[in-house]
Amino acid sequence: MAWHETLEKLDRRWLFLIMGLLVAGPLVRPAGLPLKVSPPVQSFNDAIDKLPNGSTVLMSCDYDPSARPEMVPMNRTAFRQLLSKDCRVVVTVLWNAGPGLVEETLNDVAKEFPGKTYGVDWVNLGYKAGDDAVMVLMGQGIKNAFPRDYRGNDTARLPIMQNVRDYSSFPMLVNISAGFPGTKEWVQQVQSRFHLPMVAGVTAVSAPEYYPYLQSGQLRGLLGGMAGAAEYEKARGEKGTATKGMDAQSLAHVFVALCIVLGNVVQWVKRREAA
Amino acid sequence: MLALALLLAAPALAHAAAADSATVTTPAPGTPPAPRPASGLVGADVPNDAGKAIRLDWRASPDDTAGARLVTGYHLARATSPGGPWTVVDSLAAGTVGKTDETVDRGKDYFYRVDAVGPGGLTPAGSVTGPVHAASQWFNTTRWSVFTAMALFFGFVLYYMSSARAGKKPFVRRIPGIDAIEEAIGRATEMGRSVLYVPGIQDISDIQTVAGLVILESVAKLTAKYETPITVPVTYPIPFTIAEEMVKAGHLHAGRPESYDPNSVRFVSPGQFAYVATVTGIMLRDRPAAHIFMGSFFAESLLLAETGFATGAIQVAGTANVHQLPFFVVACDYTLIGEELYAASAYLSGEPRLVGGLKGADLMKLIIITAVIVGCVLETLHLHGLTLWMTTQ
Amino acid sequence: MKREVPLFLTAVIGVFMILSFFVPHQWVSVPADFLQASAVILVAFGYVLGGANALRVNFDAIYKRSPGWPYKIVLVVSLITTVVVGAIEGRTFLNEHMRSKWIYDWIYSPMSSTMFSLLAFFIASAAFRAFRIRTVEAGLLAVAALIVMLGRVPLGDLLSDWLFQAKWLPGAPHTLHLSSLQEWIMDVPQNTAKRAILIGAALGVMATGLRVILGIERAYLSGED
Repeated sequence: MAWHETLEKLDRRWLFLIMGLLVAGPLVRPAGLPLKVSPPVQSFNDAIDKLPNGSTVLMSCDYDPSARPEMVPMNRTAFRQLLSKDCRVVVTVLWNAGPGLVEETLNDVAKEFPGKTYGVDWVNLGYKAGDDAVMVLMGQGIKNAFPRDYRGNDTARLPIMQNVRDYSSFPMLVNISAGFPGTKEWVQQVQSRFHLPMVAGVTAVSAPEYYPYLQSGQLRGLLGGMAGAAEYEKARGEKGTATKGMDAQSLAHVFVALCIVLGNVVQWVKRREAA
Repeated sequence: MLALALLLAAPALAHAAAADSATVTTPAPGTPPAPRPASGLVGADVPNDAGKAIRLDWRASPDDTAGARLVTGYHLARATSPGGPWTVVDSLAAGTVGKTDETVDRGKDYFYRVDAVGPGGLTPAGSVTGPVHAASQWFNTTRWSVFTAMALFFGFVLYYMSSARAGKKPFVRRIPGIDAIEEAIGRATEMGRSVLYVPGIQDISDIQTVAGLVILESVAKLTAKYETPITVPVTYPIPFTIAEEMVKAGHLHAGRPESYDPNSVRFVSPGQFAYVATVTGIMLRDRPAAHIFMGSFFAESLLLAETGFATGAIQVAGTANVHQLPFFVVACDYTLIGEELYAASAYLSGEPRLVGGLKGADLMKLIIITAVIVGCVLETLHLHGLTLWMTTQ
Repeated sequence: MKREVPLFLTAVIGVFMILSFFVPHQWVSVPADFLQASAVILVAFGYVLGGANALRVNFDAIYKRSPGWPYKIVLVVSLITTVVVGAIEGRTFLNEHMRSKWIYDWIYSPMSSTMFSLLAFFIASAAFRAFRIRTVEAGLLAVAALIVMLGRVPLGDLLSDWLFQAKWLPGAPHTLHLSSLQEWIMDVPQNTAKRAILIGAALGVMATGLRVILGIERAYLSGED
């Protein structure tokens, strides 16, 4: 059998095996490829940096465990940046399987700031059913929309919530989102209605969809996928899980590119032979 | 004389007393002096709302400068009469020259003053502003552009719907993906296998799910006509009940109500990947010959399409989620892109009103294209009127 | 009446919600806010309905010994166990050391991540099998795809650095590096096409919504005319 016929009939499980090895290898032995911070990521970092120290910021973490590799690094780095500016952070979760993972992530980062107290410096309001209807409900009053936080506390009694009424109480919304409900709904329901400045971290596959919002200024910064998370870590001078995963992602991208080229070479040779 | 002086001074004293219900603190020796007062306080109703807010703006204290440190902030106080009693509505940082008070009652008159605060003490404002009240408006004037566009759009759609019903059915080009649906069902019938229909993974609040369920009725009618089994796994409860109705109605319209199988529509799970695991399991076990994906999809789209390809089924997909279109285009035989999904129900039913509606939408697109070109030209010439009119709040 | 009343309600509420976008007055905004809040409650109750349906369908399949019925037992047992454990543990069900948290951390979370990670493998096989350049447009698409894929990862920049530093190809301006080309493709042509599709899809949404409000698209009710 000619080489191109072998390739054409190749069992796709060989491709799966190669992909698996290429992704697993760098995770075991990192190569440490250099990273460059792209403009949308730099804008994300700068937008948060420009916030007045000590302001109260709304952070909506709309993802679940399936998007963990992309979303958690963004969430960690953004939360860390906000706490380091002494900002108070009000966190909401609009995905029903998300609150546990978000709470774990926030707790992990909060441990690095021993002076920060739950309920004073940050609060996890948890999940509320309703998708984009919840966003509209929050516009009438955050405490009405979330009468209890994730830990069961009465939100009206928490110190951090005393000066929080509605979206006008925040200078910015930081949205980390893996799909629906997420960034698009926040832009449509909140940013355009209440003109709340907004930055977003999204999955790589949906990032292209948000470039129009970035260009129009509705988003002040955008992180796209694990690459965006890794660039953000670099911008912050950190080396988190996203940075460690970039080597694996680099090889995976190169392999997919090779698959496209090889598939077309095989087709071209086959057509030539037929001619 | 003394009595006359006291008489003349009385109103000023009374006003000063009323305005100074806040304590004027005298700085201890060695502390900086109290800041000079803020001035120019004006209050106005916030427009385009339900009477819930009043906007206050003022000029900062002359001592409120960077580095001077004589002003640490301002107290915004409110009362229902010029003499008080005053309630501090908010404490604001130095440098602040405006605040929207959103704790007001609609229609009630309020008086405001702003006091400067510093290490040397509190200095009340020299004057009080008011009365000002928050009022409701009947129309948000910043949304005229949206209203105009919506009125135009609805007008076009209704006009062409009625003209199509009167007999002037407009020409619409064929969309291969929609024609392929009947071909796919026919192929499943020849092979004696079933049809798998996936109406997206979102709830009924997503219009794509509505579109997907509407197409399901036409598909169910065809499968009933050809006596081909159909399987419809659904993520959420409400689309599940509607899907049941669609499939039942399809069998009814095909004249075969008895062939409806209640287990053909299955509630699975709102969990995205739990749903995918179920559907790919159905594909690999039951081996449907035709897969039709119509609705809102996310990351699972390639998992569904690629697994479906591996089983050798003919696949037709349609979604308005742009980020998933590449996966469907690559892995499916036919793909409906964006609004073709919404147009599909008009194509499949052939109902004149629905087809007329398509032409109305097309005309609106022409208006948008014209607006984009005109807007670009105007912006290039630094004429911002059209852009400003289109900016909404 | 069975169809007319729902159609009438749909029309009235649909028009009212459109009106609430333009009319800030409290006579419109307060009922509209109430309807939005009601939608949240309806969605929450929908989960109860869904759970009941899942049990009914699967019990039926187990009773009839349909193909794969042992797996249906696993599904039913998992569903009931998770719901009962969560209900017993109450509001703090996802706190540390809770059984529900254990189920979430060791069963749900890894299984979701595993399913999502299958995408990496499927993309490779789809790229090899299906991404065929048969037309000029497909060729342009392939070139753009390669530039974006390589430009988004550090390896892409290394590649272009190496390429443009080779003796036979003197240093090129930074605008030709893969990461810059990738940024331009994302910012300009991709953005343009995306906007056009978004506008078209938005019009489709409006048209479908109008058809539902006017009762022309009444299939969502039941299919009978």
